[in-house]
Amino acid sequence: MADNALFQFLLRMGDNTLVLGHRVSEWCGKAPVLEEDIALANTALDLIGQTQMWLGYAAELQGEAKTADDLAYLRDVWDFRNLLMLERPNLDFGHTMMRQYLFDAYHHLLLGKLAGSSDPRVAEIAAKSVKEAAYHLDRSGETVVALGDGTAESHRRMQDALDLLWPFAGEMFLADDVDDAMAAAGIAPELAALKAEWESSVRATLRDASLTVPDDDFAHKGGKTGRQHTEHLGHMLAQMQFLQRAYPGASW
Amino acid sequence: MYAQMIKSEATQDDPALLEAFQARIDDNQKIEPKDWMPEGYRKTLIRQIGQHAHSEIVGQLPEGNWITRAPTLERKAILLAKVQDEAGHGLYLYCAAETLGVSRDELFEMLHSGRMKYSSIFNYPTLTWADMGAVGWLVDGAAIMNQVPLQRTSYGPYARAMVRICKEESFHQRQGYDIMMKMCKGTDAQKKMAQDALNRLWYPSLMMFGPSDKDSVHSEQSMAWKIKMNTNDELRQKFVDQTVPQAEYLGLSVPDENLKWNEEKGGYDFSEPDWSEFYDVLKGNGPCNTERLNTRKQAWADGAWVREGMLAHAAKKRIAKVAAQ
Repeated sequence: MADNALFQFLLRMGDNTLVLGHRVSEWCGKAPVLEEDIALANTALDLIGQTQMWLGYAAELQGEAKTADDLAYLRDVWDFRNLLMLERPNLDFGHTMMRQYLFDAYHHLLLGKLAGSSDPRVAEIAAKSVKEAAYHLDRSGETVVALGDGTAESHRRMQDALDLLWPFAGEMFLADDVDDAMAAAGIAPELAALKAEWESSVRATLRDASLTVPDDDFAHKGGKTGRQHTEHLGHMLAQMQFLQRAYPGASW
Repeated sequence: MYAQMIKSEATQDDPALLEAFQARIDDNQKIEPKDWMPEGYRKTLIRQIGQHAHSEIVGQLPEGNWITRAPTLERKAILLAKVQDEAGHGLYLYCAAETLGVSRDELFEMLHSGRMKYSSIFNYPTLTWADMGAVGWLVDGAAIMNQVPLQRTSYGPYARAMVRICKEESFHQRQGYDIMMKMCKGTDAQKKMAQDALNRLWYPSLMMFGPSDKDSVHSEQSMAWKIKMNTNDELRQKFVDQTVPQAEYLGLSVPDENLKWNEEKGGYDFSEPDWSEFYDVLKGNGPCNTERLNTRKQAWADGAWVREGMLAHAAKKRIAKVAAQ
């Protein structure tokens, strides 16, 4: 059971980075400025690299000679364990960067704690990833502040993005049996303890960005448990998994 | 080889200055941004470097088309890294062009209005995963042919940009060939994809070097100025000679009935591409011209509020800083 909880936890970590990495990579060649194009590709690249490590470890636990690619390319929607927020479509650049910021602020915090995990592999992966997450957070935080503060239009778009995404942020901190088992084993931190820290830093940034945090703390859920994803994930997988599905068993 | 059909500008400068300038070039000295240069040299370089830069960023699109469908996590990561490099190459080149007195925004405007071109090759579609292999192998291979000699080009900032770019391009070509090897050792369907990619991209790759020397009207002045280092036909021949054995190693056939080793010249005889197709593509009638350009224009228009927002924020910060002092 403990191993199963660890497996689920690793899927959550790896699916978050896989799905967000995929979304970010959709910006390739289409960003508002060339420097952003480079930074977005770099972010996507980091996230895919982290996916290889998390899902690689998960596949080892699974045994049966499975690989990270089997997990990424041959599971269907109900087996994915990513947060709902990350599978949502990019919409505009503001929405993309707001989603990135809300996640980065959580991801960076979480990875920092995971670097001290009782599981040495988890600690090792987190220690490597946290440096990348720090850069992602710097960049997305600065972008949210700049565009929230910028012009009337950029402010309006960032507020719209925040209003749309806020109800999806709460899922990051909804603990279930898997999270409890991870915390009890000292593998991962208590999510509730993480939330206060996240919220104070996010509220400070959003204040700098002159944005108003919605009052409602309703949270959509169902992504990290796999109980109910959004309709968007199936379309993403149809694209991501096309070659592996159309030519089963081929080596690429 | 991302610059084709670069029109070299006539120059009407003082003959004594021109002579001294030519002497510096002949002496293999590098021309730097603050040095005197003929107006024609400056304009020709802006056109060439600009076209090269535009090719890098438009060139992201046919490969970006497969990033979201890359078949493994490793292939996805490699392709992302490659496309990121290309955006970086675009950045170096726009910066090199800026040293000649033109802004990046002006260059974009010229691309969007059709006054500046990008390489014809990027107006062809990428239809299967094998195209990611063939683009790396053939398109980056052709680019390297041209760019390696351009490391010695007379304009300092351009030559230095080329040194950095060439290092990365050889990795791009290797990853392309690696995809081709995997496909050619794979299933029947994969081999078929690989052959199909070569069939479609062979002639467009040959076109990358520009028209035959006898029809290439702008070469002479550019070669004297060492902006162009080899003729189109020289480079095309070199490319064919290098690529045919690679195709043989893969077990693929080059789609040219006239392809034959010519002992006497020590190179292959091969068929010319269909030049009327080339001119059609240049005129905007290639299979993807409209889509590629519209994608870039749309990205630029959609990003306007972001650029304006960033600038407005930076201006506010500057004012706040001054007020605080």
